[in-house]
Amino acid sequence: MSGNDAYIQISDISKHFGAVKAVDSVNFSIASGEFFSLLGSSGCGKTTLLRLLAGFEAPTKGEVYIDGAPMSQVAPHKRPTNMVFQNYAIFPHLNVEANLAYGLRYDKIEKSEMNKRVEEALEMVQLAGYGKRRSNELSGGQRQRVALARALIKRPKVLLLDEPLGALDKKLREEMQLELRALQEAVGITFIFVTHDQEEALTLSDRIAVMARGQTLQIASPKELYNNPVSVEVAEFIGQMNFVNASVVDVKSGKAVLETAGLGKITASTSKSFVQKGNDIVVAIRPEQLSLRDKPARGQHGVKGTMKTSAYLGDRSHVYVSVEGREQALAVSAQEGTGSVGGLDRGSDVYVTWSDEALILLPH
Amino acid sequence: MSEPSYIDRPNRPLYAYAMFYLAFLYIPILFLPLFSFNDSTYIAFPLKGFTFEWYEQMFSDAPMGAALVNSLKVGAVASVFATLLGVFAAKAVTRYHIPGKRPIVFVIMLPLVVPGILLGVALLILMKQIGVQLSLITVTIGHILICVPFAMATLIPRFEGFDKSMEEASADLGANAISTFWRVTLPMVLPGIIASMLLCFTISFDEFIIAFMLNGSEKTLPIHIFSQLRFPARLPPVLALGSAIIAISFVVVFFSQWLRRYGVDDKPSLGI
Ligand SMILES: Nc1ncnc2c1ncn2[C@@H]1O[C@H](COP(=O)(O)OP(=O)(O)OP(=O)(O)O)[C@@H](O)[C@H]1O
Ligand SMILES: [Mg+2]
Repeated sequence: MSGNDAYIQISDISKHFGAVKAVDSVNFSIASGEFFSLLGSSGCGKTTLLRLLAGFEAPTKGEVYIDGAPMSQVAPHKRPTNMVFQNYAIFPHLNVEANLAYGLRYDKIEKSEMNKRVEEALEMVQLAGYGKRRSNELSGGQRQRVALARALIKRPKVLLLDEPLGALDKKLREEMQLELRALQEAVGITFIFVTHDQEEALTLSDRIAVMARGQTLQIASPKELYNNPVSVEVAEFIGQMNFVNASVVDVKSGKAVLETAGLGKITASTSKSFVQKGNDIVVAIRPEQLSLRDKPARGQHGVKGTMKTSAYLGDRSHVYVSVEGREQALAVSAQEGTGSVGGLDRGSDVYVTWSDEALILLPH
Repeated sequence: MSEPSYIDRPNRPLYAYAMFYLAFLYIPILFLPLFSFNDSTYIAFPLKGFTFEWYEQMFSDAPMGAALVNSLKVGAVASVFATLLGVFAAKAVTRYHIPGKRPIVFVIMLPLVVPGILLGVALLILMKQIGVQLSLITVTIGHILICVPFAMATLIPRFEGFDKSMEEASADLGANAISTFWRVTLPMVLPGIIASMLLCFTISFDEFIIAFMLNGSEKTLPIHIFSQLRFPARLPPVLALGSAIIAISFVVVFFSQWLRRYGVDDKPSLGI
């Protein structure tokens, strides 16, 4: 690890509100220039963690270090962070220009330089010409960009974003995601981005911390999270997944033999320590790792089932296949128009197949 | 043509009630301007003739002028101080975590329901005990006391009405607490502050009981008017003054109501 890898260090930090442990012993580091996301369902402590970084909340325990300096005694207005609030918090009594210039006064820069920076910032977020408007004369997306510009104009070392795209419609949201990522790469600022939308987190981030109950469940790159979740809870949160209960019958030289509920006896390669003879585990398989066939395929594992329903998703469909010994149908992803599902009707018998490498073994 | 919806239908009894209500409210008040133009010292029907004499007398009535000035002074000082105290108290109870917040607010609001005469007596005893000479200053102190709850009642919704993330955003952008108060909090609650000052001024301006208990040699206008009631000849100029005050009050109240709403329906506030 170079020193850069721990530009921000969150060291065993907790925040309790009475009996509620909003943030509970969280530890991790963020590198300079990283796009880091906090992902988790409502109430898991994302906002609280962000507010601890900004200095609006004092930790019950632990410390935040930014660039090596402990932050607990540093007031919000003296921290090298700026925040984009969930509700934007644009000052309604000031116009856009005055909102942007608001924080520049404290940076002791000249009036002419100030104006220049405001102009630049407006252009950067594509709001040139909107300087004289007030927040109630702007659309949601425009407000969001004002909030972003107002924080960025301070040239912070760290930008904190609390679900900034939450209030936008899908189309604008996707546009803004691209803009945000491009902007982050252009300015090279460390972004800490809060979201409860896993797709958004996967699209944008260098790394993601998945949170639940005030704790981090896993911190990893989007790819790693998708392909190698560490627990059922994380796997449930990222993308769609089939879960199959299983017990370990035997483990021999990296190959485990599993007795599953519904998929029969299967083998999987693994080196995970919890895969021990006699243990109950969970096997997770992505819908796109399963295929449908009308007859058993040679050399591949498969199980016989009955077509139930299918869900059209545009570029692909999810076909639900019920198999014996399982209450929940298996979701199988099928490319539209490839013909692999074309001939199969509801109620017809099908074979669901997979390859060994597709199986993700998780602790029960 | 669209039919009025269930809730919008005209309602005759309610309309009659509203008319009666307005009459009940305003007819007594209308006697004041009516008799202020009546060419007779006796305040009785039938009306005699039209005159501006009482208005002329009003301007040459030195004691009454002095009382008016006293009342304006007391009202101005009391409204400014009550509102100032109200701003800090409202900010404290809406923004900070204070143990025992509810009982504190309850106690601050209590003078609203304590009869004025009791407050007046209590204050009088207090002033005598600590040996303070009764004067316009003691009256002003009494008025501040009764005005603070009204200031709080006007200001608390204003503070609650704006998101505390505005103040956090200000801090986040580099402003310290004082700077945030001046640049964000104050402009955003300004309409409430003005409304509070107008309300407190009006309360102080026509307050009688406490002023009566606590005044020294200088009189406020209500006290002066009360003392004139014994002399029928001096009454008509009082009516003239009363009419003038009513006219001004209307304007002030109208303005303050307009201010109260200003900003709430998301119009730009005062351009600060
Ligand atoms: N000031 C507070 N006082 C008491 N409890 C609080 C306070 N702030 C947050 N909490 C509690 O802490 C927990 C975490 O809240 P937080 O706002 O951090 O969640 P979040 O992950 O941001 O959720 P969301 O996605 O809904 O915004 C919640 O259970 C919440 O009720
Ligand atoms: Mg939140």
